[in-house]
Amino acid sequence: MKQTIAFGNILLKDMRNYYLKPPNISWGIIFPFAWMLMMFVKTKSAFHIEEVFSGIVAMSILFGTTSMLSVTITFERKSRSFERLLLAPLRIELLILAKITGAILFGIFNSIIPVLFSVLYFKAVVTNWTLLVTGIILLSIISTLLGLFISVSAKEVFEAQTYSNFFRFPMIFLCGLFIPVAALPVLIQPFSYLLPVTYGVDILKYSITGDNALSIVLDLTLVIMFCFILFYSSLFFIKRKWII
Amino acid sequence: MKEKIIEAKNLTKNYGDFTAVDDISFWVDKGEVFGLLGPNGAGKTTTINMLIGMAKISAGKVYYNGVDLTKTIKKAQEIIGVVADESNLYDEMSGYDNLCFCGSLYGLSKSDRENRAKDLLITFRLNEAANKKFKAYSKGMKRKLTIAAALIHNPQILFLDEPTSGIDVASARQIRDLIKKLNEKETTVFLTTHYIEEAERLCDRIAFLNKGKIIKLDSVSNLINESKDENILEVVLDENICDRVQLSEKLNKKFTYITCSFINDNTIRIISIKPIDISPIVHFLSSENIFIIEARLHRPSLEDAFVKLTGIEIDMMKKEKEKK
Repeated sequence: MKQTIAFGNILLKDMRNYYLKPPNISWGIIFPFAWMLMMFVKTKSAFHIEEVFSGIVAMSILFGTTSMLSVTITFERKSRSFERLLLAPLRIELLILAKITGAILFGIFNSIIPVLFSVLYFKAVVTNWTLLVTGIILLSIISTLLGLFISVSAKEVFEAQTYSNFFRFPMIFLCGLFIPVAALPVLIQPFSYLLPVTYGVDILKYSITGDNALSIVLDLTLVIMFCFILFYSSLFFIKRKWII
Repeated sequence: MKEKIIEAKNLTKNYGDFTAVDDISFWVDKGEVFGLLGPNGAGKTTTINMLIGMAKISAGKVYYNGVDLTKTIKKAQEIIGVVADESNLYDEMSGYDNLCFCGSLYGLSKSDRENRAKDLLITFRLNEAANKKFKAYSKGMKRKLTIAAALIHNPQILFLDEPTSGIDVASARQIRDLIKKLNEKETTVFLTTHYIEEAERLCDRIAFLNKGKIIKLDSVSNLINESKDENILEVVLDENICDRVQLSEKLNKKFTYITCSFINDNTIRIISIKPIDISPIVHFLSSENIFIIEARLHRPSLEDAFVKLTGIEIDMMKKEKEKK
């Protein structure tokens, strides 16, 4: 019970202090909206929402979560308030779960605008809603965990931002968000398959068009596997680097 | 017989080849104020960090209430409150919200943490600033709220790392009074400070730590008694001396029965086993064109014991700390 109270209040504190602040809410709305608008203006009448839907959803999640978690954790470490959390009689796994849950929820929130816009305004047809929701949740988890992994390496807030961009921008091109992995040069394709976001995007594509590059079972297995690898490797480094 | 609430046995901390804490052993009795005193880099914070679970223990064991918690230090965190050397609450949250949040980390129910937060705000005379954001607090207020946050779950042991460092005199005094009151209510206090007078006033027992080793551990009265067999004279000069080392050496050479050292730019401390005859010293200094404006006999203090045992000048220790 005590652990649950602590978990809930860390999550609530992060939501109030970081994620539900007006600049972040507006980011979650404006960012995907701007991308949708750009696609619409660029392609005019020949705009096929299904082609960009998964890319915009994935990018909204990726950009919302990775930097948010890495910046907030680095900021709290710098101000030493994170020390207070480490000093609480709370299992470190649970503490980290509480920290990442806020970012995961923020990622899911970021995906709502492009989904609503695509379905209600552009009349996009989603072939499998369950898989779409699963894909959004998994992408939010994996992007958040990438943010956690970044925060373990960063000492300063600007470092966290720089590292986030270092990972995020190449992912736009490498993970099949707008350019299918198969259309990339053969030499680059192995890098795409090393990145977990590739599999998350593939799940989203399948849920919308029913067409994807890999088998859905393989996508789901690999994303979940990457989640565990990132979570436990981050935990290992946190214990090693932050409790010295 | 007193109950040992903390016991550290052969505690060691290595960072690569460097040994920050070197095989130290001590215990803290339930309800006492235990002080760890030493210069910068002596290993005080590392020792605290090992006891509270913020640093891994390289060797040795830590017992809380007789139970070995070396490998499961998280369990000890339920009964301890920690005040770090810097205030570490959330800037964007109010004082009241900060306290409630800290209470939740220890699993206190909503009503319990709210009541406790209100009580602590009154005790620390912060109730009028309860709804102000933490970032708007003065340094002294921040320190007080940080201590209040460490007490939110009624810990058995309170760890205080330099509690009055860098705050105004009034707040420092209030914090010292609060520590005394807490101790009267049976809270065990583990304190590090570089203010020797503070340690003398608050602590029951003190460990002098230098270069990772405990040089001496005893009650304050016993430590002071160590210096009682010495005569100490403080001589204030009419001007600041540039080459203090040279003048000290000259005096030590000329008067072999005394030991001289500067405690600041114009004050010499003269220590001797025999009673000190000041007239030859006055003559000698006059011949060097240095004149005495004041001379006073010094009552042995903890500071003297510290200087005698560690060879570290207090003035240097304070300057180092302030630089930090």
